[in-house]
Amino acid sequence: MSAAWTQTAATLAARVRGREFSAEESIRAHLDRVAATDPRVRAFLRVREERALSEARAVDARVAAGESLPLAGVPVAIKDVLHLAGEPTTCGSRILERYVAPYTASAVARLQQAGAVVVGKTNMDEFAMGSSNENSAYFPTANPWDLARVPGGSSGGSAAAVAASQAPLSLGSDTGGSIRQPAALCGIVGLKPTYGRVSRYGLVAFASSLDQIGPFARTVEDAALCAQALFGRDERDSTSAAQPVPDFAASLGSGARGLRIGVPEAFIASGLDPAVETLFRAALDDLKREGAEIVPVELPHAPHAIATYYLVATAEASSNLARYDGVRYGLRVEAEDLKRQYGETRDRGFGAEVKRRIILGTFVLSSGYYDAYYKRAQQVRTLIRRDFERAFERCDAIATPTTPTPAFRFGEKTDDPLQMYLADVFTVPANLAGLPGISLPCGLAGGLPAGLQFVGRPFDEATLFRLGAAYQRATNHHEARPPLD
Amino acid sequence: MANVTQATVEHVAGLARLSLTADEKERFARQLQQILEYAESIQALDVEGVAPMSHAGLETPLRTEPAEPQPGLERATALGAAPDAADGLFRVPKVIGG
Repeated sequence: MSAAWTQTAATLAARVRGREFSAEESIRAHLDRVAATDPRVRAFLRVREERALSEARAVDARVAAGESLPLAGVPVAIKDVLHLAGEPTTCGSRILERYVAPYTASAVARLQQAGAVVVGKTNMDEFAMGSSNENSAYFPTANPWDLARVPGGSSGGSAAAVAASQAPLSLGSDTGGSIRQPAALCGIVGLKPTYGRVSRYGLVAFASSLDQIGPFARTVEDAALCAQALFGRDERDSTSAAQPVPDFAASLGSGARGLRIGVPEAFIASGLDPAVETLFRAALDDLKREGAEIVPVELPHAPHAIATYYLVATAEASSNLARYDGVRYGLRVEAEDLKRQYGETRDRGFGAEVKRRIILGTFVLSSGYYDAYYKRAQQVRTLIRRDFERAFERCDAIATPTTPTPAFRFGEKTDDPLQMYLADVFTVPANLAGLPGISLPCGLAGGLPAGLQFVGRPFDEATLFRLGAAYQRATNHHEARPPLD
Repeated sequence: MANVTQATVEHVAGLARLSLTADEKERFARQLQQILEYAESIQALDVEGVAPMSHAGLETPLRTEPAEPQPGLERATALGAAPDAADGLFRVPKVIGG
């Protein structure tokens, strides 16, 4: 048998259930893989060696007791924005450097219930604000395909961990593309579920009307397996939806025939790297050969999505981040009066991008600017959602490249926040409209991965998985591995 | 089109309880001006009569099940992360009076 760390989550779980090897052996193999590769990749903020092994032994006991666990012995890496009781949650920020979570996030608990074992917490842009991981207060994570390049962000650590085969599954959060963009740049699968699909209990909030938790995997089958455990209403999160969760495995083999894929040509025309475009067109041809029909659609307001997003998301962030006041938890910088203590604490605790967004968000909510910026952006958000509703009258999913370019170099965009924001041009519209989106590896451009994105109707992740599985049966882009060994 | 000066940034930073250095004020003023210029594109759109969308929730969040009391965090746990707590309370510098 080949090394455990090369296997998919589906295979690992089946073998642990079949007692071919133990959960402990599975976890040990992945911890060894982390030890061998993470000094270069730096995906993890913290690795849980002893605890992971002892939790793996508990999974072995459950398997021995006859429990049929869908993720038996599967290692998962968790973005450090999700709580694990008794362990730090830093959000990549100095302000939470010493914070210890008092409870476990529902999303993490669901994976553990299904037999998964958390191997560690992954690096991220501070408070999930960024597209490169360079905004982590601790260190930048590298792209496993080229260590001089960014893995994307904000869930860059979780994406790099799966790309480097340190774990077959990981969790991220996606507010404007923070799962799909790093998935594309690291050459793996990343899913942002429909708004409301996954409980956010225990997720540190960035922009509450946009945030959603989702999985990274190397195959669509694994992403669907993880989603099956993750999805569903949670009484602890009032925004989690009471929608039924279909059996995803049942539709993975249905093929692309009969599905209509909409392509918004006018939207994707500008700023697209020619090599990425070539791979995108080839992917559409592959899907056509698999029986999908390609139809033109229009998203006339989508070019305004980045502007809309940075007005809405920063407004919400400025409100959510008001809680870091040095009183109830987190860093406190002592000062002679409370107001100065707030200011000093937040100045010392937050990095530049977080401050920039708090200031922009406070500005657009402030007297005299609210109507022109915040309210107008919310109205444009309605127009963007209507565009999608109209497009879905003509198609079952919308295809675009996930990002306009492959991974960029460290430092390339750090001095120009606007250029960094434009890395999310194709991912942001789905967040504004609350729709599910998936990114799939669609080939290499100059040795660097590019991503193909499908956006679906609300709560129709099943069609995204079905299309993705058909694409991965017809192609082998998802089998390419970064040159780490 | 709003004109973002260092005074604007200073005012907004005060509202957000952020102390900024002179260098940060200068840089943020420049960058915010640039971001708002980019965002200016939405000013040309016709939004007359369009309802603002404040939430991506695609179903009503109204819950129908009876509200049953559930155990929450113990007080000691909730206070456990506080930088300064005593006698079951969060402690802060004196707020009222000199």
